[in-house]
Amino acid sequence: MEAIVSVEDLSFSYGNTFKLNSISLNVEAGTVLTLLGPNGCGKTTLLKCINALLKPERGKVIINGKNAYELKRWELARLVGYVPQAHVPPFPFSTLDLVLMGRTAHLDFFQQPSKLDRQIAERALSMVGLSHLSHRPYDQLSGGERQLALIARAIAQEPRLLLLDEPTAHLDFKNQFLVLGMVRRIARENGIGVVMSLHDPNQAIMFSDSVALMKNGSLFAVGPPHSVITRERIEAVYEIGVRVVNHTDGSFIMPSMENFS
Amino acid sequence: MLGSKKGIFFLLLFLPLPVFLLSLTIGSYQIPFNEVLVTLFLSIDPNFGSGSPQTQIYKEVIFMIRLPRIILALFGGIALSVSGASLQSVFKNPLVDSYILGLSAGAGLGAAISIAFFPAIIGLTQLFAFSFSFMAFMLTYFVARDRGQASTVSLVLAGVIVTALFSAALSIIKFFTTPEKLSSVVYWLMGSMAVSGWTEVLQSVPLILVTFLIITLMRWRLNVLSMGDEEAKSLGINVERDRLIILLTTTLMVSSFVSVAGIIGWVGLVIPHLVRMLMRTPDNRIVIPISASLGGVFLLLADDVARSLTSYELPVGVITTMIGAPFFLYLLKKRGGGSWRQ
Repeated sequence: MEAIVSVEDLSFSYGNTFKLNSISLNVEAGTVLTLLGPNGCGKTTLLKCINALLKPERGKVIINGKNAYELKRWELARLVGYVPQAHVPPFPFSTLDLVLMGRTAHLDFFQQPSKLDRQIAERALSMVGLSHLSHRPYDQLSGGERQLALIARAIAQEPRLLLLDEPTAHLDFKNQFLVLGMVRRIARENGIGVVMSLHDPNQAIMFSDSVALMKNGSLFAVGPPHSVITRERIEAVYEIGVRVVNHTDGSFIMPSMENFS
Repeated sequence: MLGSKKGIFFLLLFLPLPVFLLSLTIGSYQIPFNEVLVTLFLSIDPNFGSGSPQTQIYKEVIFMIRLPRIILALFGGIALSVSGASLQSVFKNPLVDSYILGLSAGAGLGAAISIAFFPAIIGLTQLFAFSFSFMAFMLTYFVARDRGQASTVSLVLAGVIVTALFSAALSIIKFFTTPEKLSSVVYWLMGSMAVSGWTEVLQSVPLILVTFLIITLMRWRLNVLSMGDEEAKSLGINVERDRLIILLTTTLMVSSFVSVAGIIGWVGLVIPHLVRMLMRTPDNRIVIPISASLGGVFLLLADDVARSLTSYELPVGVITTMIGAPFFLYLLKKRGGGSWRQ
């Protein structure tokens, strides 16, 4: 399989402390890689380094055969779609206008979006099931709908790689799974590589093809979910006692109740 | 993009035309509306008709006195409101305008120096106002810049500091100048187009036109920039470069008007807001062109009032402030001041 993104020996420090320490990763087309680890372990920093929003001291990011740090912003935006956590922007753009912003990298400097760009944005919206909300101001959408709209905007970029920073944050139980299912489907159907950060090991098991377990800016383990997410590793990374529960759908992680007695 | 708003969009877009014609009739010397039309047509085609006995006088009044002033007011309104709309997008804050950059204080100081010390040299006031407002902007931008980036908060803060600095310098100039000159400095600072002729039009309108064209072409980019630095970058925008282009263009646009008409406030704040409310969208593809037409209409009407309300000229800046400041207070109250917290 062809690697969409290769992270090679990436190190990033902030002041005297390492935020990322010699990270190497690969993501193949049509697959989902989940970054898993406690708060502050470097998941967001790694996502920003892959998107060249932060420049690391050492190491390379190769996207579709090109060095991410040598590309212009518009060149990179045609390869990488970045989905930030759902937020409220200062101006209440309509949902369709927000998604249309994904076309910016395909426009000339003085150009406005064309009818074709609008059709691409509409298709992206219907892909995430939000066509009926296209004229609603984005700030009036629910948290889950906002996250889906931001995913639609990234799809409208027609990228090879999708980066998502905690796409389930602030979402209710149902919407978390709706969004994750959508992400995996988009990856499969369009041959897009996905890197996302999550907090829940079980969601990582259910929705990823590979998992990168991180601790203190270093990779603790990388590989298929079931080989990476073991009781020993989760206990070591999160410093909490857990049990593995076997179910017909697979093995899942539960915290041991002894932690709380 | 427009949908059901097509009607109101084109209505507002072409609103300057009737207001322009109406303004030609207003003044201490009344000219009937049909005479205005006849005079205008006659100047295009001398064979249009005979006109009335007063046509020659009408022609003088219209072409030598009213037309340059009306054109200046129209383009001044465009400059102030379009610059306001684009700065609001760049700063991601709907409650800022060109004054945040310290631009007006800079222009005020430049003009004051020129009026107070070199009153005899023609065109120097304009040049000084322009260079000083540009300097104030550069100072704001480079004070705010940190490792190649200028965050919104640091830019706003730097603007406040630069404004304070330039205002203090202006007070010193006012203190040391003679009473006659002081009054002309003060009058200029209040903002007025009373003395504008074709010279002032030629000094500012071509620059306003070019800079307005640039902002109009970049209006989609303004939308994306308003989403914040990291998102705009992720969407393929070279944020530092594009923001600098827009800020430079905007400064040039505003200072070329301020240099001929003095400080006229609030237009850049009120008009884009009004446009977003009327058109029910923050989309700059709509907000920029409609802000231009409504801004032109607003300043033109304010100037009509300024020159016809009393027997002597009122500074138009006083009128825009009387309308703009209460509007701003209303907005601030309605939004609970939340726009400043972001």
